[in-house]
Amino acid sequence: MTRFLATRVAQSVIVLALMSFAIYALIGLMPGDPIDLMISADPKMTPEDAARLRALYGVDKPVVERYANWLMAALGGDLGYSRLYAAPVLDVLLPALGNTLILLGLTLVLSLAIGLPAGVVAALRPYSRTDYAINLFAFAGISVPAFWLGLLLIIVFAVILGVLPAGGTETVGGAGFWDQAKYLVLPVVNLTLASVGGHTRYMRAAMMETLRQDYIRTARAKGAGRARVVLGHALRNAMIPVVTIIALQFGYLFSGALITETIFAYPGMGKLIFDSIMGNDFNLALVALLFATLVTLVGNLLADVAYAWLDPRIAYR
Amino acid sequence: MSTATDSRGMFGLALRRFRRHRLALGSAAALVVLAVLAVAAPLVEAALGVDSGVVDLFNRFAPATAAHPLGTDELGRDVLVRLLYGGRVSLLVGLVTALAAAVIGTIVGLIAGFYGGRVDGLLMRFTDGVIALPLLPLLIVLAALDLEKVGLPAAFVQSENVSLYRIIAIVALVGWTTVARLVRGAALTLREADFVLAAHAQGAGALRIMAVHILPNLISPIIVATTLSVGSVILLESVLSFLGLGIQPPIPSWGNLLTNAQELIWTAPALAFYPGILIFVTVIAFNFLGDGLQDALDPKAMEGR
Repeated sequence: MTRFLATRVAQSVIVLALMSFAIYALIGLMPGDPIDLMISADPKMTPEDAARLRALYGVDKPVVERYANWLMAALGGDLGYSRLYAAPVLDVLLPALGNTLILLGLTLVLSLAIGLPAGVVAALRPYSRTDYAINLFAFAGISVPAFWLGLLLIIVFAVILGVLPAGGTETVGGAGFWDQAKYLVLPVVNLTLASVGGHTRYMRAAMMETLRQDYIRTARAKGAGRARVVLGHALRNAMIPVVTIIALQFGYLFSGALITETIFAYPGMGKLIFDSIMGNDFNLALVALLFATLVTLVGNLLADVAYAWLDPRIAYR
Repeated sequence: MSTATDSRGMFGLALRRFRRHRLALGSAAALVVLAVLAVAAPLVEAALGVDSGVVDLFNRFAPATAAHPLGTDELGRDVLVRLLYGGRVSLLVGLVTALAAAVIGTIVGLIAGFYGGRVDGLLMRFTDGVIALPLLPLLIVLAALDLEKVGLPAAFVQSENVSLYRIIAIVALVGWTTVARLVRGAALTLREADFVLAAHAQGAGALRIMAVHILPNLISPIIVATTLSVGSVILLESVLSFLGLGIQPPIPSWGNLLTNAQELIWTAPALAFYPGILIFVTVIAFNFLGDGLQDALDPKAMEGR
């Protein structure tokens, strides 16, 4: 197990290193550079000044050299300064990461609590009316544009009914747990509706496949009760692929968080990435994207560990 | 199953099974209607006697009338006709991108499945890596790149349709993974088949075996995966266009018709409804269609049901 874990951690570190270079290079290909921003802020600057500044900050060097410099500084703990928020990158990033983890955590719990039982119920009576209805909802959830669903939720609950806030995290001045909870309802509902369909479909497929196995027939033949066959024999085995897929979907969930956070003005990582790219805040965009990748890689790592732990047949190589 | 139906051959059987899948059938019909309406957008425009390109500020947010069946938008343009023109772009981008992604995915999957072993391991690790990435943030970076810095000619970068080509390229770049995995799985089984062994024995080269012997047997999974990915491609295009990073106005798409919707949510909530419902209907129809095709083309479905 230790060796298996070590290999997977090493692989993840390599992927992260490759991604950090790829993202660094991509950010360098975006319009403008930090010196262009200085020029636009100071109209008196001459082209000679600009060239001098480019040399001073090393913007004119080849990308590999610039990346090496950035990496050395980053490994030394200096992740740079955010232009948009006028604060060190980490000071901006960590609260946003916290907000996103709250959003994703609540969504995951809610979506699994609905999706997994729904998938099991559908699989127990395939092609029945119940299965048909559950499938219809699952397909609707997979197919709905999440940003449009968010707009509809705002129209219904904030504009027409006026019962929930349209965006933000808390009422100005009126802080408090329940006040903040009210602001979480629509984003969590939005993201849950967009992800529950997938969970339902995976659970249904895995459960149907498991119920077809010989050991289920054996369990039934030896007289085990229906509940015991379904919950004790089938569900445990069906959970193996489902757990993996759900953990692998972390990147997908993160993409959903970007949409939801942007629509509901929820200050999380997704909105931060979007705002920093739109606002030419290169330092922040770079580190935020890397954090997002890191979070997903950790999710994938957990998937592998869970898989190995749930399924003793997997050899820990 | 009686032998009478078997004599109709593979496609007859598939068609029969497909017809039993009512949702898929209805979806196919809905998509045909949408496509015809989108193609006929100029005709609808002429029939209504409106010009969707002309701004009429005295006629903003007009309610539904005979001339404007769905009213007008914030610049006084006809909503229905703009939706149809948007549909042209969204459907076209969805289909072209899904096809491009299918080509990439088929090549990757075929090579991985045919060679197996180390090549397979490497390619599939790469595919898993792409699947696991937070794609939307990366797509936003790709959509924001300065194409002149990438090295494309200035004349191309400044042309009006560049946002169209860009979105097709970047979404195809991340959308090939589903096809690759399905094709790889099927190819892995096929490489052990007797007819592949026979081809090897007759001295056929790797390229010939892949193209002539294996690829034709992969058509079913490729069709299913491509159909299913049209839906996710349209969703990606719409969200990027909504965020202002996909299809750029004046070219309308269902996504960018929603860009202003959030600011107008208090004055004209209906404008936020129409483009979204069209995206929703189209995507769900492609998903049902893919599901139906899967049931119809999957040989395993022949037993039972």
